[in-house]
Amino acid sequence: MSVSISAEDIVKKYGDITVIPHLSIQIKNGEFFTLLGPSGCGKTTLLRMIAGFNSIEGGCIRFGEQIINEIPAHKRNIGMVFQSYAIFPHLTVRQNVEYGLKLRKFNKQEMKEKVDQILKIVKIEEYQDRLPERLSGGQQQRVALARAIVIHPSVLLMDEPLSNLDAKLRVEMRGAIRDVQKEVGITTVYVTHDQEEALAISDRIAVMKEGVIEQVGTPHKIYTRPANVFVATFIGHSNLFKGVLTTTDEGTFVTFKNGYKIQMSNLIEHTRDKVNVTIAVRPEEFAIAKQGITATIKNKTFLGKYVNYELDFAEEMLVSGQPSIEYSQDIGHAEKTYEVGEKITLIPNKDKINIFTDEGTESLMKDVRTYE
Amino acid sequence: MSKAKIKWDFWSTITVIIMAIFALFLVYPLFSLFVSGFQDPQTGEFTFANFAKFFEKKYYYQSMLNSFKVTVSVTILSILIGAPIAYFMTCYKIKGKGLIEVLVIISMLSPPFIGAYSWILLGGRSGVLTKFFSNLLGIQMPSVYGFGGILLVFTLKLYPFIYLYVSGALKKIDVSLSEAAESLGCSSVKKVVTIIIPLILPTVLAGALLVFMNALADFGTPMLIGEGFSVMPVIIYSEFISEVGGQANFAAAMAGIMVLITAILFIAQKYVVNKKSFTMSSLRPIQPKEAKGVGGFLMHAFIYSAVFLSIIPQLTVIYTSFLKTKGSMFTSGFSLKSYQTVFKNAGRAIVNSYLYGIIAIIIIILLGMFIAYISTRRKNILTNTIDSITMFPYIIPGSVLGITLLLAFNERPLLLSGTATILIIAFVIRRLPYTLRSSAAILYQISPSMEEASISLGYSPVRTFFKVTAVMMLPGVLAGAILSWITVINELSASIILYTGNTRTMSVAIYTEVIRASYGTAAALSTILTVTTVISLLIFFKLSGSKDVHI
Repeated sequence: MSVSISAEDIVKKYGDITVIPHLSIQIKNGEFFTLLGPSGCGKTTLLRMIAGFNSIEGGCIRFGEQIINEIPAHKRNIGMVFQSYAIFPHLTVRQNVEYGLKLRKFNKQEMKEKVDQILKIVKIEEYQDRLPERLSGGQQQRVALARAIVIHPSVLLMDEPLSNLDAKLRVEMRGAIRDVQKEVGITTVYVTHDQEEALAISDRIAVMKEGVIEQVGTPHKIYTRPANVFVATFIGHSNLFKGVLTTTDEGTFVTFKNGYKIQMSNLIEHTRDKVNVTIAVRPEEFAIAKQGITATIKNKTFLGKYVNYELDFAEEMLVSGQPSIEYSQDIGHAEKTYEVGEKITLIPNKDKINIFTDEGTESLMKDVRTYE
Repeated sequence: MSKAKIKWDFWSTITVIIMAIFALFLVYPLFSLFVSGFQDPQTGEFTFANFAKFFEKKYYYQSMLNSFKVTVSVTILSILIGAPIAYFMTCYKIKGKGLIEVLVIISMLSPPFIGAYSWILLGGRSGVLTKFFSNLLGIQMPSVYGFGGILLVFTLKLYPFIYLYVSGALKKIDVSLSEAAESLGCSSVKKVVTIIIPLILPTVLAGALLVFMNALADFGTPMLIGEGFSVMPVIIYSEFISEVGGQANFAAAMAGIMVLITAILFIAQKYVVNKKSFTMSSLRPIQPKEAKGVGGFLMHAFIYSAVFLSIIPQLTVIYTSFLKTKGSMFTSGFSLKSYQTVFKNAGRAIVNSYLYGIIAIIIIILLGMFIAYISTRRKNILTNTIDSITMFPYIIPGSVLGITLLLAFNERPLLLSGTATILIIAFVIRRLPYTLRSSAAILYQISPSMEEASISLGYSPVRTFFKVTAVMMLPGVLAGAILSWITVINELSASIILYTGNTRTMSVAIYTEVIRASYGTAAALSTILTVTTVISLLIFFKLSGSKDVHI
């Protein structure tokens, strides 16, 4: 039976180095939950703690009500899909899928039915008697998934399962994984560093950095209302501007360094007057206007549905250290496109943009929660 | 609530058992050997007298000088033969390349004492060639006994090490390096001197040290063909044999000196190999060119004669085993008489060789897999120690190991001398490294996630090992095990000290037959051994899918 997973205050140490300091997380029964973060952020470590391949140095992890800290991996009833697939090369596809079932004392008929069924679900029936070396990457991936699911594990754990596939297959397989997961309705923890994949596949995402969870939420929430600048820039692209927040009788305004001012209606209250803030604007949140903030076009990339411009702003307008400032122009609604070297004046969409504290650690938007 | 408790599991038990085995059969005997080297034979008090005796009497220290004289010469000759062959075989299209490779490896893995013995048959006092030249041409052949003979046999047996090492290094050189040199205006000779040689030099050195150690430690060859020219292993053996019953302190002291020398060489070799810092990965290996003209002819002549000379011992023993004999003389005509005699008189030795060999191999495979596993997947102080101890056999010459075991297990409660057990222990200890290293090598290629996949599906770590890891390791383990097997059945240096009448093996039987000048039966036995070796090698090539032998 599928179960919920909860980690309470868990700690992971390698010798004296603490990789995960006091992390807590709740994963609901049947949910597709993704751990997302740059490499080295501790996401795989956390997954392997849930699996039982890494020890837990503090706190506890529960499957449902049961604390599993001391239960060895092979008794946790997990299904795991590995980055390298870890298909046993000496067994055929069918034998690979049967491997876990053999331990679980099913009679021959039952076992055959279960294997047939799962091979059908993951669409590899026709290859069942082949040895793995004669399968493509995508097919091996399906075998790995079938082998993990067929034992009806309490939780399904996936460690960057698509990172060894090419782009097209990745898109196809993530659809397949999503469908299979919903069909069998199993609690799934999925690790990836690919934000697009995470957005496409997950019910909820936990964005991690240096062993700490930066934000947990639905893909939509994380993209539109990031909890801090790290999440805003890690998930999708955000252009960061320096700004000042002022509160007057007429309302709350943010002012760009060139003097352009926007009235904001969705900020948290009780903010002090005249504080420095960071304004995060996604490339698609700009629109062409007569008045606003002005930039020179540095580079232009035509991408079919839209044109991507790389912009040059006056240095004092921007938060320093950004790789690029971008504006995506929607071709469907554009009156004209611009050429490299032209000046362009833009206004950000005030309902979409995000305002953060000066140091970028906290969002000043009204409806943002770090954990939901 | 951080806790550092050690989980006791199957692998902890295995680690402790293996540690105990090595402590009992290797560390303890060696330790007691060194202690007895420092003991006075009569009083048992601590003394340096045994060592002093060695360096005072010319008879003893001369043997060490002789050893060095032989080994240095052998090493130089092996490089001069092995390196050019490797270069020609890699850079030019040599006809019969595949066969040459196989023959070179056969001559390397055949026991050196068979080489010594067949050169006696050919060039000895009543040898075929000696008679041929003196009777028909009136030319007196140079004596095959003594320094020259040892040099001949060792060189022909050991240049393949250099060949294999250098070939391996040349295969890693990208052709672009050589082309770059040419584009800068290097002639082909200058290219070899300024580019190729510096690149392969560390490899040559590593191979050279290996040749040196092998030549230094070998016992059978100098014993058979050396006559008055005594070297260290022979002196140790004869001192030990003549002292049996009394105290073997002096032999122990000499053994200690010898182990010290080999240990230094071994460390030097490891150092050179680790310093072999040109990590080259060749995208485009050197493409062999046509060997044309006089140069091509000379290359072929050089390679063919070296390989032919090194395979002569095998041909000789096979041929002479089918000759009619009268006493120690071969007469004209063919017969199977030698084989009949062998099966009648030495049948036991043949059975022993295979029986002990198989038992030893089973133990070697089990130990090899377990040790490889714990030292690659369960790294801790204890497994690291075990890993280091398994290197010991490289630095302990066979005869020293024999003496060590005999001295340690000569008394109750551990009375093993004279039993088959002690021979098998010696085989296991000496030949484990081949299996161990190839097991570890293949284990490094198996992703740990394979095991984790099995565990995640509910198999305990122990069952996972047997159902997944062991199965996947098997090809590598077997490839190593065949090398272990070949060297076990050809083992002489330790067996000669540990055998008794009932536990005689084939190699011991060959040795004693040669000493007794029963050349016909020795040839028949050698043929059986050689055929076994060749068949095993062919299986090895089939299993490993390549002709790369790593000794």
